Amino acid sequence: MKNKKTLIEVPSNTFFREEDMGKPPVLEVRNLGIDFGGLTAVDEFSITIGQTEIAGLIGPNGAGKTTIFNLLTGVYQPTRGCVLVKGVDIKGRSVAHVNRMGVARTFQNIRLFTQMSALDNVKVGMHHDIPCSFVTSMLHLPRFYKEEKKADEKAMELLRFMGLEKVADMPAGSLPYGIQRRLEIVRALATNPSILLLDEPAAGMNPSETAELMEQIRRIRDTFHIAVLLIEHDMNLVMGVCETIAVVNYGKIIAKGTPEQIQNNPDVIEAYLGKG
Amino acid sequence: MRKNLNRKQRGGNFKVFALVTVAFIVMQLLSSMGMLKSSVKGQLIPICVYIVLAVSLNLVVGVSGELSLGHAGFMGVGAFTGVVVASSIANVVSNDLVRLLIAMVIGGVMAGIAGGIIGIPVLRLRGDYLAIVTLAFGEILKNIIGNLYIGKDSHGLHFALNASGLVMEPDGSMILNGPMGTTGVEKIATFGVGFALIIVTLVVVLNLIHSKEGRAIMAIRDNRIAAESVGLNVFSFKIKAFVVSAFLAGMAGALYGLNYSAITATKFDFTTSINILVFVVLGGMGNIFGSVISATLLYMLPEMLRGLYDYRMIMYAIVLIVVMLFTWSPQAKNWVQAVSSGSVMRRVFGQKKEAEDE
Repeated sequence: MKNKKTLIEVPSNTFFREEDMGKPPVLEVRNLGIDFGGLTAVDEFSITIGQTEIAGLIGPNGAGKTTIFNLLTGVYQPTRGCVLVKGVDIKGRSVAHVNRMGVARTFQNIRLFTQMSALDNVKVGMHHDIPCSFVTSMLHLPRFYKEEKKADEKAMELLRFMGLEKVADMPAGSLPYGIQRRLEIVRALATNPSILLLDEPAAGMNPSETAELMEQIRRIRDTFHIAVLLIEHDMNLVMGVCETIAVVNYGKIIAKGTPEQIQNNPDVIEAYLGKG
Repeated sequence: MRKNLNRKQRGGNFKVFALVTVAFIVMQLLSSMGMLKSSVKGQLIPICVYIVLAVSLNLVVGVSGELSLGHAGFMGVGAFTGVVVASSIANVVSNDLVRLLIAMVIGGVMAGIAGGIIGIPVLRLRGDYLAIVTLAFGEILKNIIGNLYIGKDSHGLHFALNASGLVMEPDGSMILNGPMGTTGVEKIATFGVGFALIIVTLVVVLNLIHSKEGRAIMAIRDNRIAAESVGLNVFSFKIKAFVVSAFLAGMAGALYGLNYSAITATKFDFTTSINILVFVVLGGMGNIFGSVISATLLYMLPEMLRGLYDYRMIMYAIVLIVVMLFTWSPQAKNWVQAVSSGSVMRRVFGQKKEAEDE
């Protein structure tokens, strides 16, 4: 019986953008599940995201969306299933390691380095891109100034990309809410990710800010050629910017598809509005 | 805009260095002209030592945001290592200055190693737990040193954990005598080296803060979860800050140990750790300039209050509380501002003024 192979079924109705067809997916999640004690928070969650796809993750409050983000970034270790980033399993990796494998994220409740300037927040994200040794940093050898100047320029460029160059020197904690959200995105981008996870990026934004954010998300994808996976309750943003959407309820996927398919899916309508 | 910030930052650093240098030159001139009382002269090196200790502890407590209560332990490791090294190379290196520097570097390295050994298990803890465990480790270091017997004879160094265990040739002499501490140490510490050590400490700590390592350390302090999410290995940065801090404390300790003919391990207990912490807190968490000033003033304060005899420690405590109130409490700050802008006077004499107006 040694040669008996166990086959596991991974349900997938997956959509790819045309330009991603010939390339391996950046993120592949297979039958992911996690239990907290007796409670199953996420179960049989499978999703595949192409290299330049903008995907959405929606669902009612408490459906397990942020738990899924925490599983994808290594904060929680899954009870079942696996997460592959560019084909490599993240099992047992630390949060920092998963980030360096190419997964960057923002947080639902903003987590900036509040006492540091906006520019320094971005430069913290670039830490591993600055090739200074500990001794070089400690003694401020000539190389330190050169690399520091390069880092400043690159960080300013990223801030400019999101229209934040004017607040570069302000302490991050003193910035308005909408700007803090965007600064978090810039900081995540500074880590050179292959996929960007945004946890409710439009929360607390007004309609015009949200419209601007939609434009910026598209621009991020087109400029950096990376994938974006976002959690959002603002349906205008989700339907406007996402190319594929997965709907979760009670920790399970109840529907996957294009925005049109999701809008007309009876299961989704039931999950959001209840049975008629 | 960014350039201005850099210039401001460098200007701030320059201010610290300028102040320390001017103070050193003034003290040096005064003492060479014989205008310093011997009690003040005796305090110069300890002040240098405590400035270095406060600045290095600030790296852990203020910049890295971890409450460490065992700083005196590292100082002790440095002090006794320094004394042992200086005594054992006395015949080989005849130049006092070179001997002092060698003793300080080895003292710093030993304290840094102790910092690494302690930091690896301890820095995985957070908050109160970390404070308690560093406190315990500081006491353990003190007790180990207090039970160590080290002697020197023609065959080299001998170590033992009790007095009878130390078997030496007749020509041997004790360097470290357990709870009795060190005796008959040649005092080779100088004020100039103390000043140089302050400068080295400031350069290392300020440069570290204004580099990518410092940014990472402060980012971890500000938000640990976010720091992890941008790829920073929290533990490795904490241990770096902790070891650098212990290394500097060890160098200061070696200077301290070689400034007295006799010291005992009890000097490096919890009270000393708390004193250093008081310097840091009062000078401002993460404020290096503040640490330099508060370490100097607070070290001299008990001496200046000597005229009050029995009441001097009470006065010391009262001064601490008042300074704390005026630097931290928003109400007190407002009050100071109001007094300085004259609005309190206006409030007190306001009615009179109004009456005059009518």
